[in-house]
Amino acid sequence: MAIDGVNGIHDDEGIDYSDIEAKYKVQYDEGLDNILVVDGVPVIDKSKLEKLLARISKEFGRKGAPIKPDDMHVPWDDKSGKSKGIIFMEFKNADDAAYAMAAMNGHPFDAKHTFSVNRFIDVEKYTNMDENWVEPEPEPYKPKEHLRAWLGDPQGRDQYATYRGDQVEIHWHGKPSQCEIAHERNGWTDLYVSWSPLGTYLASLHRQGVRLWGGSSWEAQQRFAHPFVKLIDFSPCENYLVTWSHDPIVVPEGAQQGPQFFSPEDEGNNIAVWDIKTGNLLRTFPSLLPESEDGTKRQMQWPALKWSADDKFVGRVTPGSQISVYELPSMRLHDKKSIKIEGVADFEWCPHGEKDRDEAEKAEKAGKKVKENMLAYWTPEVANQPARVTVINFPTRSILRQKNLFNVTECKLYWQNQGDFLCVKVDRHTKTKKSIFCNLEIFRVREKDFPVEVVELKDAVTDFSWEPKGERFAIISSNDPNLGNPGPGVTIKTDVSFYQHVRSKGDFKLIRTLPGRTSNTIRWSPRGRHVVLATVGSSTKSELEFWDLDFNSDDRREGAEKSEKEWGASVQHLGTADHYALTDAEWDPSGRYLATSASAWRHTLENGYAIWDFRGQELEKHILDRFKQFLWRPRPRTLLTKEQLRQVRRNLKEYSRTFDEEDAAEESNVSAELIAQRKRLVDEWNAWRIRAKEELAADRSRSGKKPAPKEKPKEEEAKEEIEVWIDEVIEQIEEEVVE
Amino acid sequence: MRPILLQGHERSLTQIKFNREGDLLFSCSKDHVINVWFTHNGERLGTYDGHNGTVWTLDVDTQTRFLVSGSADNTLRLWDIQSGKCLYKWEFPTAVKRVAFSEDDDQVVCVTEQRMGYQGAIRVFNINREGDGRDQSPEPVSFFNPTGSKAVVCAFAHIPSLILTGHESGKVALFDAKTGEEVNSNQRAHMDLITDIQLSPDRSYFITSSKDKTARIHDTRTLMVIKTFTTETPLNSAALAPKKPYVLLGGGQDAMSVTTTSLRQGKFETRFWHKIFEEEVGRVKGHFGPVNTIAVSPNGDCYASGGEDGFVRVHHFDESYFRAKPYGDLEIED
Repeated sequence: MAIDGVNGIHDDEGIDYSDIEAKYKVQYDEGLDNILVVDGVPVIDKSKLEKLLARISKEFGRKGAPIKPDDMHVPWDDKSGKSKGIIFMEFKNADDAAYAMAAMNGHPFDAKHTFSVNRFIDVEKYTNMDENWVEPEPEPYKPKEHLRAWLGDPQGRDQYATYRGDQVEIHWHGKPSQCEIAHERNGWTDLYVSWSPLGTYLASLHRQGVRLWGGSSWEAQQRFAHPFVKLIDFSPCENYLVTWSHDPIVVPEGAQQGPQFFSPEDEGNNIAVWDIKTGNLLRTFPSLLPESEDGTKRQMQWPALKWSADDKFVGRVTPGSQISVYELPSMRLHDKKSIKIEGVADFEWCPHGEKDRDEAEKAEKAGKKVKENMLAYWTPEVANQPARVTVINFPTRSILRQKNLFNVTECKLYWQNQGDFLCVKVDRHTKTKKSIFCNLEIFRVREKDFPVEVVELKDAVTDFSWEPKGERFAIISSNDPNLGNPGPGVTIKTDVSFYQHVRSKGDFKLIRTLPGRTSNTIRWSPRGRHVVLATVGSSTKSELEFWDLDFNSDDRREGAEKSEKEWGASVQHLGTADHYALTDAEWDPSGRYLATSASAWRHTLENGYAIWDFRGQELEKHILDRFKQFLWRPRPRTLLTKEQLRQVRRNLKEYSRTFDEEDAAEESNVSAELIAQRKRLVDEWNAWRIRAKEELAADRSRSGKKPAPKEKPKEEEAKEEIEVWIDEVIEQIEEEVVE
Repeated sequence: MRPILLQGHERSLTQIKFNREGDLLFSCSKDHVINVWFTHNGERLGTYDGHNGTVWTLDVDTQTRFLVSGSADNTLRLWDIQSGKCLYKWEFPTAVKRVAFSEDDDQVVCVTEQRMGYQGAIRVFNINREGDGRDQSPEPVSFFNPTGSKAVVCAFAHIPSLILTGHESGKVALFDAKTGEEVNSNQRAHMDLITDIQLSPDRSYFITSSKDKTARIHDTRTLMVIKTFTTETPLNSAALAPKKPYVLLGGGQDAMSVTTTSLRQGKFETRFWHKIFEEEVGRVKGHFGPVNTIAVSPNGDCYASGGEDGFVRVHHFDESYFRAKPYGDLEIED
């Protein structure tokens, strides 16, 4: 045999190729793709055949699926001599056949006969099918990592993500010894990364779409195929994701089909809504680019879709005409019609406070109706109509409160994060329309009939911010003539003011104004009380001011009473810091630390990030070139009940003792290490010095010129103190006394 | 620590030096003038006029009797400190970049620039201390041209027969003062031009600063690098603080690019680093241009810095500087 092989003669006969043949057998069924079986055809005699075929051919032709009588084959029952009531049709190709099937299936031929059209191969396939149902093998359960594993950290540390160059890193942030990198990956994202609002997922953006990552080993959790995606937005409860791409959706030939992919109906749209858990595409929208009066296209609003706080509805405004609200999870237009509002400019959902959430949970358990959502919108001045702010209930769409406003150029709606107040920042123009000033219309939503309080200001307000969970707000106002036309090196002078709600009177009163600042950004701590004023995006100024608004009192309620006496006394400046050319400032979710970053997306001067404590003490600073992004990982709502929270607060001293002990232990640990290291360095140095001195002495004596260096006389230089008295006549007055 | 601002120069400072007692401060600048100041109050004692070009360098002997200075007018001059008179003048084909007295004041070493077909040269002169000092020999006792990268700074090493040089390439070397032979060298002491060299009191180690943004402490005998201080700007000067384990570093953006950088970014501060732990301990602000030269008083109670901005700032250390032990009780050999 071996010799045969060498000579190139093989004995093929003896080898069994059947297995290979079976494996590589060409599937011939494709050849029958263009054959359809039409059922439900009238049973006829041979004599009527021609007439029938002509009629069927005509019917098919009318629907755009022409078929010649020659391509139809009618099987005959030999016994009765009649047809079997079916026809085989042979089309030119599979596509024509598929089209004919779609067009003619269920076609009523006459009163008695309705065609049912099937593919020939399907008939074969289903006939050959095993009749007995076999229970499918259940997939073995694979335990998934807990998506909120980071919350179980024994040291209770927070995490943050950084993006620098191509490197994405997830860090633990804690005590100096506990700061470490939890995970890092090169090229994790193509554009940027983003946390979901409760911190469960990390989203990365790629050319092909969005990917979500999570769990302690950062495995891929979900993906959404939206090519060239640029912007993403999560719904507040992390159930849905909205993506936007500048390029309209194109579904190429042979693209993947399925609930997770775009279908031909989605072509041309830019916005897509996805279900995060299943990864299914829910709906797509074209992006509306509102045209302003002068015809230029304005920048697109993002988020383009606004979510209600409970993820039940999502709204989209068509400026000038309507607000369309869609129900979830079906993504159908609620009540099949949009809310038609002439001239509507913008709207905002009312956020849910903790109280609302508790109530909603209770109501749901009891099976009662859940409180309705609220949304506020505003319409600008048109002709004789004044501008108007309206608060409505949803889904009942009943109007709760309306307020007319005059001389309005622009409105902005700010809900307080517990949904207690709604502030409408109204930019108003004087009659000459030359200068702008500002009114704050504050709706007290929790009270009956929504009383409105107006705070009138003389200057333009550039930033407004509610204290989270609080009754205070901060504004940045400016009367700088350079406002509105920023140039390089121009720093706009601003004033920062704090206001507080006075319960007894029901109005808002100024606590304090800080004049002559350059700050343009307000950052309240997520827990309230502390606030940071920052000058962001300026190349000359980069100050951070840390303020405490309840400095005098540990308990807030007490402070409110006290402030009756000394209004504004509890506002205390804690510290000032400087982070050169910072572009972002963000509090950590616990409100203990502030992170500032200078991103390479904005400029290339000293990129990097710094972390400060709430007093403005620098804890960490890293100057890293090509640094792009810093993001704290958000935390979900606490699982503790109110009672438990109160208990923690009451026993704070007990807890803090253990923490203090840990801190002390840690400190001594670190310093012990450091001290040992320093000791070693000093010992090395001293040893070297002694050696060097000996060698030096030897060298000197060898060179012979001079004996060992004379010991420096260690006489203390006598210092002589000389006191000099200087008499200086400053002024001499002569007085003449006339008697 | 309130600085005393010495305003007596019209152009940027090139070198400053304390005398041995530390009560006088000598400064030279690009405006052709050498000034001497009282350290304790910043009053100007006098000037040494005569140079016709930028005065690049000067040195004082241990008895505060003679001053030598080197200038871009291609002369090396010997001055009587007390009277301010020029006692002697040596002329060379090129500018003098660095001068230094020997430990026993009997000799002076100088480096001349490599320019216009002349090689950079190192010359050693004997100083005749007898009489009024006008009777000096015009010829050097030693003259040699170091090959390779040109020398920019020099000093006498731990023994007077050896001369320590810092070079443009970042090399440090030891030359035999008599033969001009290269005894030892460290080619990779720095990666860029060496801007300053200052020795410890007993000359057993020295610190160099460089444009490569680092300063380094070297062993004089072996030229081994002992400590490295890495900063973020090019350095123009480095000094050792006696009695305290600190080194003082000065520098900043190049003079050329100063106009395009803000004060904030220029990093024109004098930086204090711990000599042994190689970590920064503090900064002193003040100059609005790069710091060109730093000197610490030999008894360690004050320091001065001269800047590109034309000012000399004298800082007397506060009581707390001597009392503070930021690293605890550590016995550190000087």
